[in-house]
Amino acid sequence: MRYRFVGSVAMGGVVAALAACAPAKSTAAAQPPAAAPAPARDTTRPPPGAGAVSAPNADPFPSTYVVPASRATLIRNVTILTAAGPTIRDGSVLLRDGKIAAVGTSVTAPGDADVIDGRGKYLTPGIIDDHSHMGVYAAPGGDALSDGNELTNPVTANVWAEHSVWPQDPQFPRALASGVTTAQILPGSGNLIGGRSVVLKMVPSPSVQGMKFPGAKYGLKMACGENPKRVYATRGPSTRMGNVAGYRAAWIQAEAYRRRWDKWNADHQGDPPQRDLGLETLAEVLRGNILVHNHCYRADEMMQMIDIAKEFGYKIRSFHHGVEAYKIADRLAKEGIAASLWSDWGGFKMEAMDGVRANLAMVSAAGARAIVHSDDASGMQRLNQDAAKAMAAGEEIGIHTTEDEAIKWLTINPAWALGLEDKIGSIEVGKNADVVLWSADPFSVYARVDRVWLDGAPAYDRANPSSWWRTDFELGNVPLPNGGAR
Amino acid sequence: MKPGTGKDPSLTLGTGRESGTALPWTVTIVAAAALLCLATTSAEAQTVAITGGKVYPVSGPPIENGTVLVRDGKIVAVGANVTVPNGATRIDATGKWVTPGLINALTDLGVTEINAVPATVDRSARGDSGVAASFPVWEGINPASTLFAPARNEGVTSVGVIPTGGLIAGQAAVIDLVPGSLTDMIDKAPIAMVAQFGDPRDGGSNARGEQYARLKELLEDARAYSRRRAEFERAQTRPFAARRADLEALVPVVEGRLPLLVNVDQASDIETVLRLSRESNVKVIIAGGAESWKVADKLAAANVPVIVGAMVNIPQSFSSLGSRQETAALLQRAGVKVVLIGNGSGEEGFNVRNLKYDAGVAVAYGLKWDDALRAITLTPAEVFGVANRVGSLQPGRDANIVVWSGDPFEFATRVEHVLIRGREVVQPSRQDELMQRYKTYPPVYRKP
Repeated sequence: MRYRFVGSVAMGGVVAALAACAPAKSTAAAQPPAAAPAPARDTTRPPPGAGAVSAPNADPFPSTYVVPASRATLIRNVTILTAAGPTIRDGSVLLRDGKIAAVGTSVTAPGDADVIDGRGKYLTPGIIDDHSHMGVYAAPGGDALSDGNELTNPVTANVWAEHSVWPQDPQFPRALASGVTTAQILPGSGNLIGGRSVVLKMVPSPSVQGMKFPGAKYGLKMACGENPKRVYATRGPSTRMGNVAGYRAAWIQAEAYRRRWDKWNADHQGDPPQRDLGLETLAEVLRGNILVHNHCYRADEMMQMIDIAKEFGYKIRSFHHGVEAYKIADRLAKEGIAASLWSDWGGFKMEAMDGVRANLAMVSAAGARAIVHSDDASGMQRLNQDAAKAMAAGEEIGIHTTEDEAIKWLTINPAWALGLEDKIGSIEVGKNADVVLWSADPFSVYARVDRVWLDGAPAYDRANPSSWWRTDFELGNVPLPNGGAR
Repeated sequence: MKPGTGKDPSLTLGTGRESGTALPWTVTIVAAAALLCLATTSAEAQTVAITGGKVYPVSGPPIENGTVLVRDGKIVAVGANVTVPNGATRIDATGKWVTPGLINALTDLGVTEINAVPATVDRSARGDSGVAASFPVWEGINPASTLFAPARNEGVTSVGVIPTGGLIAGQAAVIDLVPGSLTDMIDKAPIAMVAQFGDPRDGGSNARGEQYARLKELLEDARAYSRRRAEFERAQTRPFAARRADLEALVPVVEGRLPLLVNVDQASDIETVLRLSRESNVKVIIAGGAESWKVADKLAAANVPVIVGAMVNIPQSFSSLGSRQETAALLQRAGVKVVLIGNGSGEEGFNVRNLKYDAGVAVAYGLKWDDALRAITLTPAEVFGVANRVGSLQPGRDANIVVWSGDPFEFATRVEHVLIRGREVVQPSRQDELMQRYKTYPPVYRKP
């Protein structure tokens, strides 16, 4: 099932007023910034607890992921699509201590290294899907696992996708087995502002914190067009102009909130202002600490969203779905906004009518960052094939895309969209050792993922079914992925 | 050739048109429109020879450097030593692959234009308590749908148009994607009665056992009705479980002349459908079949074909916990007739064209290449009873033929020629026109 829009229209009461958070336990990161220049600090009152303070870059649900220990691994005689330069034939990559330690045609490995012969195979960076609803719309679906759209208010900037993520979603191991090592989990698109995203590593863990990418910025999900106006048809917004008024009203409040808190965080004068989870998230966008991921199909609406961003002084990091991105690709390039796209999923609703299969190639050729995204746990397993389709469609209209460029659509470009381009997304020395070994050219329909390493540790090995990650849910419910006994 | 690409300046059948690169796009469109007119109005009296290609008849082994000869819309010869008559229009397929036109068995093409715009959706009948047996889905097909061209331009020449919803959804048809009116398009209708079994809430019933009982009652009453039509007309029968028109539509099913196509995923539900088939003496086709691999031997023994996707491996519901991508290969190995479709339950109209990639993925997951090609050509034709017309390259068959630049399943392969009933159809899709308009900046909104 694909989650272009999910969820019945449940119009309950407005979210209850947010209770004040208990100040008892706080993490270091959530403390009020002690380093702030605080002239004439008011000493007549006890300092507020962290839960009462709206601090920039607070991290109240910190990642508990730890890079696993691993043997040094040398993958040699392999064709390497680096996403950082030209293809390396008969190349080698050394993974050590969780990082890519060496890349080239002659790499020497330590004597105790695992040596993998990649003859006839391809190595790519781990695939990154910047638009997924795994965990928040977990399989096997149904109301009990439908946690992606908080359809109680058109602006729910206060909700965080990670609080809906079910780590036992069987879609996670399928993502890994298809080469996806990092995914951004977004709230759905039923609201104008849907809430915070979370960036996850595809690793087993009993908690979402154990999957969270350490240090990754949060994203904010916004949505244009048909979905919000359909959900809120009876109480508003019921039109596209109502949508725009809704975004602007939210940013006006957010800007006032940001100013109040920036002032208080600087001078600590008087009681802290009332904390508001929704406005706090929006204020973090205005401060540049949270990246905006904007679901928006039509070119005209994307242009309006660009103007709204300028009006309130924030940046849109990527337009998602953007089936009409090709119509304004030059403008996206100029604004430095990425486009997260499908190759050929369109036509299912009015605003998706003008989808074309060369969209990615056209956007890429115009100099904008093109990203293949999924929005769907089935499509997510074939982002390489989506790229291949877009390459072929580009050829049909005279736009040639090299494999070296196309591999960026599913690696370094989405890494940029997540603000993680210095850590993942390419095979370069110093990057996290997230790599995928393919049985053949990944742009061939016949290519299979043979192996995946995540932070240098073996994470998936097609030849060894007993090692495959199965979520708790799958035990007893889902036959072994190979259909047989271990 | 792919319309509007300006890449292949070779002939186009039936006109003296040359679509060389010098022609502006708008002119190409006009020419294509003129060609369509011609193709649908002129008498079919021409001979076409596709020569030099690697020919996959599907009904027989591949032929290197083969020729396919077409006359008056039909295939008249296929082989390595076919004499091309003087005056035949030649398509040079040297270095190319030649296959039957692909058949996407499970689509809503023509009855769904934009899924979220109800006025364009005609695939589900209101029915009567979940029963819409009399619903002829093809009567809603819109021959002007913009979704035919993208499918056809990528090698799909026939599709099954399948109704959805309810316990009994209605009657399906096979159409050729030939420009023209609905009657021109229809290959055969009905080809199957469509039903579903399994997730109880999908069928207008509250439990699987209730679904079973209702299906059984409907089939029994259709049989009783067929024997007692005269008494029925005089109101001298007991009340039946469905309206007259629905009972009438079910008569061919109970007489074994029309198969019952059942959307069903869970292995135990498939076994129930097989049992119902035996008990009620009804021919069945399984569609969806997420867990069909678990009962492959039983399906093979019952000679029941299965329509499956190759890209489905998510336990998306409690009825499909056993979904896996090897299903097609496992069924084939067990001797089951396999039809491949997109997305497990059929791709949306926009992507009916992606059938060939499902075949490629099925190969990556263990299906033999030749079996995969058969699963999107001849096998669906056989399952739907239209193999005498489409699905293979043999003398006497309709000339639905595709010339590919290479392996049809590969992304980099281009469609070079599509013939339907012997005519090359050249019609740019809406998407083609949009791409041409916007491929340069600023976009070309009108002819300079």
